[in-house]
Amino acid sequence: MIERLSMMYPEIALFVTTCIVMVLGLSRTLAVRKMTAVVAGAGVLVAGLLAVSTTPSGDAVTGAVGQTFLPGLVPYAKVVIAAVGLLMLLTLAGTVDRGEESRIAAGQRAFDPLRSNRAEFYAFYLFSLTGLMLTAGADSLVWLFLALELTSLPTYIMVAISTPENRGREASVKYFFLGAMGAAVFLYGFSLIYGATGSTNLNEIHAHFASHGLSPIALAGVLLSLLGFMFKIAAVPMHFYTADVYQGAASQVSAFLAFVPKTAGFLAIILLCGAVGWNYAPAEFGWTRPLLPGGGTDLPESIRIALWVIAALTMTVGNILALLQSSLKRLLAYSSIAHSGYMLVGIVAGPGDGTFAHNGLAAVLFYLLCYGVMNLGVFAVLSCIERGVTPEGEPIEADSFSDIRGLCGRNPVLGWTLVVCSLSLLGLPPLLGFFGKLPLFSAAIASHEIPLVIVLGLNSAIAAFYYLRLAFASFLEPGDAEASRNAISPFRSRALAAALSAGGVVLLSIIGNVVISHASVAGRYVPAAKPVAEQLDKLPAKHAGADDFGLR
Amino acid sequence: MLLFSLILIPLVGALAVALLPAKNAKSVSMATTLVAAALGVLALMQFQSEGRFASSFQFAGEINWMSNLGLSLSVGIDGISLTLILLTLLLGPICVACSFTAITERVRTYYSWLLVLLGAMVGVFAARDLILFYVCFEFTLIPMFILISLYGSTNRKRASVKFFLYTFTGSMIALAGLVYVAWFNSELPVGTQGAGRWTFEIAVLQRAAASMTPAQQAWVLAALLAGFAVKVPLFPVHTWLPLAHTEAPTAGSVILAGVLLKLGTYGLYRFAIPFCPQAIVEHAPLIGLVCVIGIIYGGLICWVQTDVKKLVAYSSVAHLGFCILGLVALNQVGITGSVLYMINHGLSTGALFLCIGMIYERYHTRSMKELGGLAARMPVWSTFMVFFVMASVGLPGLNGFISEIMCLLGAFQASDAWGSGLWSSVGGLAGGDVNGATPGTLGPWYAAIAGTGMIVAAMYLLYMTGVVVWGPLKEPHGHDHGHGDAHAGALPTDLNRREVLTLAPLAALCLLLGVYPKPVLNLIHAPIADSVRIIEDGRSALARSNGLLPALAAAPDTAQAATNP
Repeated sequence: MIERLSMMYPEIALFVTTCIVMVLGLSRTLAVRKMTAVVAGAGVLVAGLLAVSTTPSGDAVTGAVGQTFLPGLVPYAKVVIAAVGLLMLLTLAGTVDRGEESRIAAGQRAFDPLRSNRAEFYAFYLFSLTGLMLTAGADSLVWLFLALELTSLPTYIMVAISTPENRGREASVKYFFLGAMGAAVFLYGFSLIYGATGSTNLNEIHAHFASHGLSPIALAGVLLSLLGFMFKIAAVPMHFYTADVYQGAASQVSAFLAFVPKTAGFLAIILLCGAVGWNYAPAEFGWTRPLLPGGGTDLPESIRIALWVIAALTMTVGNILALLQSSLKRLLAYSSIAHSGYMLVGIVAGPGDGTFAHNGLAAVLFYLLCYGVMNLGVFAVLSCIERGVTPEGEPIEADSFSDIRGLCGRNPVLGWTLVVCSLSLLGLPPLLGFFGKLPLFSAAIASHEIPLVIVLGLNSAIAAFYYLRLAFASFLEPGDAEASRNAISPFRSRALAAALSAGGVVLLSIIGNVVISHASVAGRYVPAAKPVAEQLDKLPAKHAGADDFGLR
Repeated sequence: MLLFSLILIPLVGALAVALLPAKNAKSVSMATTLVAAALGVLALMQFQSEGRFASSFQFAGEINWMSNLGLSLSVGIDGISLTLILLTLLLGPICVACSFTAITERVRTYYSWLLVLLGAMVGVFAARDLILFYVCFEFTLIPMFILISLYGSTNRKRASVKFFLYTFTGSMIALAGLVYVAWFNSELPVGTQGAGRWTFEIAVLQRAAASMTPAQQAWVLAALLAGFAVKVPLFPVHTWLPLAHTEAPTAGSVILAGVLLKLGTYGLYRFAIPFCPQAIVEHAPLIGLVCVIGIIYGGLICWVQTDVKKLVAYSSVAHLGFCILGLVALNQVGITGSVLYMINHGLSTGALFLCIGMIYERYHTRSMKELGGLAARMPVWSTFMVFFVMASVGLPGLNGFISEIMCLLGAFQASDAWGSGLWSSVGGLAGGDVNGATPGTLGPWYAAIAGTGMIVAAMYLLYMTGVVVWGPLKEPHGHDHGHGDAHAGALPTDLNRREVLTLAPLAALCLLLGVYPKPVLNLIHAPIADSVRIIEDGRSALARSNGLLPALAAAPDTAQAATNP
């Protein structure tokens, strides 16, 4: 128990910060209320620093516990989450209570804790980050489920309170119902896996699969769980909520949705696929007979085909539907779907022989950081532009191309951030997005997934259509009268977040090797010993016991 | 160090232009390009074209970049890269000078992106790391996109988007092929010269790629062709070119025709031949067929053009068909002619676009229906125009003739039987009998049909010259006698000194390379001899696998033994 707590210092720090933030936001003094965001930021920073010194999970030397097949995952994931989380917090400043605070400042109203949303907003944000970090450190199915729910439930609330207009509530209700359905799907999958393996502990499940292969029930469980995770990462066929929810929420919260659930979903997929293993021969295909490991370098055939089809469809659907959008937030939502598809290629590729260029898992982990930074840049710029202010004091968001036309002339920092981050999302060398995609290319080629690589390349080319429009609307086109009436948001931290994202994109493409080394360590896959198929019947069967709920 | 500074100086100059006030933009960019050109001349003087280092990559340098991915900033030039870099650095000051009066708004943006483009192009030719090559190759798309869409003519938006998307799509597929070769190298048993580890160094990959099976080489060649054929451009993926050339500003057209198209031909020389020797030998006739079609098709389309700039743009399609025809002749004469063609086409077509730009600045039209007989009005311009038209046509005595005759000679000599190359290749595809015919040969038919392309080139270029330069004087309405007063700003009727200075070096080089091309030929001889050796190895390996030659008695190198079962 003590060993388990020692691995959770970042989450504990975040939780303590959450409690403080919940109280600070309810203070009657404005100065104290304004400290809420700052304290939240300090908490995320402390969590990040604690994450740097986290020992890898499953390390036999230090006696740390956790899953053993991806030992380096936890420190890297938590540091990335803290870093991008801090940038997102800069963007989230000032989302809620803006009209309320202006009325209080004008003396029309006294501060009413029941009306104020500030405390809940930041508290739920920190809860969600805590859940995300817990997902990275999950070592049993129950833990994974709880962490995923802790990540998602606050996001439903954040979407609802991000804007007082009805679109926020509509988006939140859609997101909640579909999210609950997704959670039900993967929970059912988890229960089937438990029934098949007799344990919820990921290490024991991994050992069971390594020695007995996948029974039909286990296969059904894994497929259902993956399908549920597809909701989190907005992959086809669970992507239908994405555009409406991104458009309904405020831009800053959409930025949050583009990173946090996606990271949670991919960490869960990596953990589950890690438990299954990439050592099945491609010829093994059967719905009724057990799938035996050994002799190959792929996932079990049915899982591999499912992920292949999902990846190809996700990339294509995301890019093609993004071409048709005139709303910027919907365009970015579909681009988010497409990037999930790119990362699924890395999952299909698998860890290979461990070198970074062959390691699809390390490529996905690196791409999560790249995508978080460059996507945040675009959303931060969008959140900085306000078409106006409603009579209640709430901002009217910028959502169309006419709002960003000529932005480089009006506000060079925001305009150039938009250009740099859009071209990076496109994958244009020498920006960061290219160096994020290159490992995905090489890992897929190394695992002989040439058709998928061709699909990836063609989709990157299709994406050029709309990213070019996005990038050069701000740079090449002159601003029109409507655009010049737009104001810049009074919350300067958003512009700072945008500038930091653009700087991060440029910096990481120069010194990216340092981060890549860490991602390579994080993606290192250490499977359990694989018995040869003929020796399987000599092994004893696994019995379910009282301590098999994995809550050691 | 020299090469890194050649890449960095234009980039630093671009930053300086962007930050300094607009009135300094012209002088700063002119100074930058002149300094870079001087450094290029210095490199030429220090380059050894004979002796032990003649075919190796000189001025080499390496900076570790992303070792986990096998990337390094590794540069080096051989004779061919050097000549292309010199072409780029020569066209740099010329492009800056010709834009002085043409660009009046957003001046700093224009010059800074022009300088960035120059730096990226030097990077492409100097790169010895595959991803550095690809990064610079792709990065040239952004400045060109900006130049066309901000400073171009009426249809510039469509032209710039089509240009970007065509070339970007092709490059993505080429990237897949290039990463495949890198993966193939990493799968080899660990060897002394870099085999067996993940790296993108071109020298290492070249050694490894020769041991790929013919099927693998064919797929890699297809992927590389997808990327580079769009850039060259070869028929039928050439449709972006006339649009981009016509709508670009003058300097944009000069750089596009002079250097950017050569990125594709250089890529084919540098990668398609060494990485896929057997495949290119096997499929050379098909590529040659596409080139010949491009030559004739481009020529016929030129003949019916009324827009002078579009005519010269389509003539680029035809000319570069000759260039690639010489390349896939796969012999010393052909490849030498091809490389020489890259340089000569850059000089003569670049100069033609300069001349057309000067007309456009004065008359604001490029249509042959509205312009005519300008020799009466502008004798100096007409002299240059006729000179460069003759160079483009291939008049003996000027540079175009040398390269054209060498390409045709190469195609003619690449045969062992009368035009058997294409039939055996097509017959092999159709499952026919390939015995008795050496694969990878072009033949007299190719040269003959391409030769008629020379006649068509003469027809359309001379027709255009006849209408525009000679004949009755015809000026657009509103530009009557007395033109040259305050109407078009400060431009006199005939060329002023700056414009003559931009054209004179090009004319001098055209004449010099036409009567005495030996210095350039000396520079490029040794690297091309190396390439021909690789091709001959590929040819004999292909013949061995087709059973036309007995298998090698002694064991070949370990890499081949390990991969060929």
